[in-house]
Amino acid sequence: MSELIDAAVAERVLARALANGGRFAEVFAERRHGFSMSIDESRIEAVQAGAEEGAGVRVVEAGTTYFAHVDGLDPADLERAADEAAAALRGERREPRALEAVASVPQPVEHRPEEVAAERKSALLRELDERARGAGAEIAQFTSSYAEARRQVTVANSEGLLSGDDRTRTRIGAQAVARRGDGVETGAETLGAARGFELLEDDPGQIAEQAARKALTLLDAGPAPSGSMPVVVGGGFGGVLFHEMTGHGLEADHIHKRASVYVDKLGQQVAQPLLSAYDDGRLPSEWGSDAIDDEGTPTQQTRVIEDGRLTAYLYDRLSAERDGVPSTGNGRRESFRHLPIPRMTNTYIAPGDASPEAMIAEVEKGFYAVSFAGGQVDPATGDFVFGVSEGYLIEAGKVTRPCRGATLIGNCLEALMAIDAVGDDFFMKTGICGKGGQKVPVGTGQGHVRVGAMTVGGTEL
Amino acid sequence: MTDLSASAARAVEAAGSAGASAAEAYASRESGREVRVHGGEVESLTAAVQSGIGVRAWIGGRVGYAFGTDLSEAGVAAIAAGAAEAAALADEDEFAAPPGPAPIEALSGLSDPSVDAWSPAQVAELALIVERTALAADPRVAGVEQVVYGDSAERVAIASSAGVAGEYESSQCFAYLQALAEGEGGRETGLGFGLARGPAGLEPEAIGAEGAARATAMIGASKPASRSCPVVLDPTVAASFAGLIGGALGANAVQRGRSPFADRLGEELASAAFALHDDGRDPGGAASAPFDGEGVPRRRTALIEGGRLRAFLYDTYTANREGGASTGSASRQGYRSLPAVAASNLVVAAGELDGAALLAAAGDGVHITDVAGLHSGVNPVTGVFSVGASGRAIRAGELAEPLREFTIAGDLVAMLGAVREAGSESRWVPFGGSVSTPPLLIEAMAVSGS
Repeated sequence: MSELIDAAVAERVLARALANGGRFAEVFAERRHGFSMSIDESRIEAVQAGAEEGAGVRVVEAGTTYFAHVDGLDPADLERAADEAAAALRGERREPRALEAVASVPQPVEHRPEEVAAERKSALLRELDERARGAGAEIAQFTSSYAEARRQVTVANSEGLLSGDDRTRTRIGAQAVARRGDGVETGAETLGAARGFELLEDDPGQIAEQAARKALTLLDAGPAPSGSMPVVVGGGFGGVLFHEMTGHGLEADHIHKRASVYVDKLGQQVAQPLLSAYDDGRLPSEWGSDAIDDEGTPTQQTRVIEDGRLTAYLYDRLSAERDGVPSTGNGRRESFRHLPIPRMTNTYIAPGDASPEAMIAEVEKGFYAVSFAGGQVDPATGDFVFGVSEGYLIEAGKVTRPCRGATLIGNCLEALMAIDAVGDDFFMKTGICGKGGQKVPVGTGQGHVRVGAMTVGGTEL
Repeated sequence: MTDLSASAARAVEAAGSAGASAAEAYASRESGREVRVHGGEVESLTAAVQSGIGVRAWIGGRVGYAFGTDLSEAGVAAIAAGAAEAAALADEDEFAAPPGPAPIEALSGLSDPSVDAWSPAQVAELALIVERTALAADPRVAGVEQVVYGDSAERVAIASSAGVAGEYESSQCFAYLQALAEGEGGRETGLGFGLARGPAGLEPEAIGAEGAARATAMIGASKPASRSCPVVLDPTVAASFAGLIGGALGANAVQRGRSPFADRLGEELASAAFALHDDGRDPGGAASAPFDGEGVPRRRTALIEGGRLRAFLYDTYTANREGGASTGSASRQGYRSLPAVAASNLVVAAGELDGAALLAAAGDGVHITDVAGLHSGVNPVTGVFSVGASGRAIRAGELAEPLREFTIAGDLVAMLGAVREAGSESRWVPFGGSVSTPPLLIEAMAVSGS
């Protein structure tokens, strides 16, 4: 693939970055294009296009990282960033190694979204709108959005690495509002991948119907229960539970600051033997997949839990160096304006052998969290919270009435250990993960899982 | 005219040449830095400059938007053409139009020279003081996850074919830490933060002490019993809720039936103890500016007063839909975003009771010092919420044992009706937008623990 900056320019920039010393220097160049539109009140609106390019240069000396970023990719822009990053250093000039290009294979794209006529995109949104409104007379509002983004990146560093990636992501989202008398409920659904427009050639309109169905179902909802009980969590985005509970605590920066409950737990049993889990930045076309991470390290599959035992942390380059291990390809950044930090890619609980029906049938009184609106964890304490977007009561082994406004809350060490069934109905969903002020696309996945006991926070006391 | 205003003017002209019947350009240039310290050392030092322009183009009632970082003449022309192209794809909306010019009153005090004057070494030292203070505050403070200091100085220019033209400068600065405390077999975290226009306005010792105090206060926390009881919301928590309420008072959500406040204008839905206004010119507020994201003068708007819902917040489009006037509430997250209705600085009115008197008035209940999961636990359309919380028990009017791992649940409108008292000590908080609020005593809220 073609690089955004050529090797000679990159070498010059790296040499300038090390002009006042530093044991490591890196230039990260990026060109991004985005296009999005939405439909609201059955009208196409918020049509927008963006194009940005720029570069970030960092120099590392001892424990400190010096970072500068600029807009623009002219050699002069890049040199300005290098000079700025080097400005606070006071050491002897160092020479970077000669660059050697390393080939990478970007996620394949069949139909470049930017080459698809915009009218097809608006037609798609109109179809979603019609299908959602056709799902029931009680659908009062519907909004949907289409977004495509392409990020071309080139990374070069003073250790001689020169690599790049070409990342295309396409995503649609749907949100329905249902109304009956004074009752108002919402339902949302998304579809996204590291793919081109081919993602939307199957039957994207079904997400509109799914969103509408969720909202309509909730019109019949009662208050959510409160208290500790068994919780069955749905597949796909249910994996956000693992992402928040455990994934963040495995990111090596939290470990190094001892701000994780998983400090000193490598090799220990943290879950039942029926549970294995992975972070995998190479899953074909998945939302969190890239060819390389944002430091040029090829992405990989990392088994983080094997038969309930904690087997790995997630590393970027600097944290890996500190532990004397190779990077796991988890050094990610939102853009050239950010420093890379350890981040998850696609994180999932591997399929088990339980059937969802059987794990529900075994619950006398419990809660069924089909999907979440999102969640949050404090990795240092392990305390987490999840907002349930679609949930039901389980009574005498059967799913009974829908519940509104439920939250799941707990501590990750206890909750992970309490997972006593993992389903065979595995699939992945898309998410946007925020950490340290940076948002990156991540995949989450699992089959149904059951947590033996967890606190459900509702309004029914 | 500065080069930034010139770029904006050029973009407006270029959009016209590209077929737009009206156009507006918003350009900004920002320089900023960030320092992160950990373990007595500087972990990272970032220096940044960025500039860009966003162009909104109308073709009749169709609107499109494009933005980019290339401010060269050709670059600006390409962005303007992109906006016109985007407009051609949108559907006609009879209320879509740029605002006309209005006199803009200058607003002083938005910039602090210390942002430029303080060297990287000086601001790094400030961050190190935050860390040292936290570590020295209490032997149970086992570490500081990170101290982050950030500042920025921004210049914004706007121009439109309708005659809007304006420019201003402002600076921002913040520092925060996450302190770690250990004891009774557990680890706790505590946030401390400060906001100012420049580093000279920050109090690093107070920031460090706050983080340490919040973390150590949680040592030994347990789950409360599930019940409905009075709660006192710390200003950081009250601000998050005020931000959600401010969002639901945006006319866009209201007009589209996606707000719990829709159709309730004039109703007495809050208790007399709760009053809320939006003030885009409050000198203490981080969001203050002479004009909003589409060049309309910022102003003060009373939202809830005397218990009644007095007004919603409008940008030009939502005002046009009702034949009214914009409240100067078009907000942008920089040049990359279309303007959209949002609160500027929300101010919750202070009451009479100091902290101790507020706890005494609560009697028995829970003092909520932190909430988690707001982005997933609150339904902005219905106002129904259930969020994770931690804090301290209140027994016989005084703070008692620490509590964690519970939820508080209810709905936003009902909560406004249940505010019994507002405290007398307000604070600016960067959660929920830019909010100034005292602690609030809520008559009853569902607490779900064990």
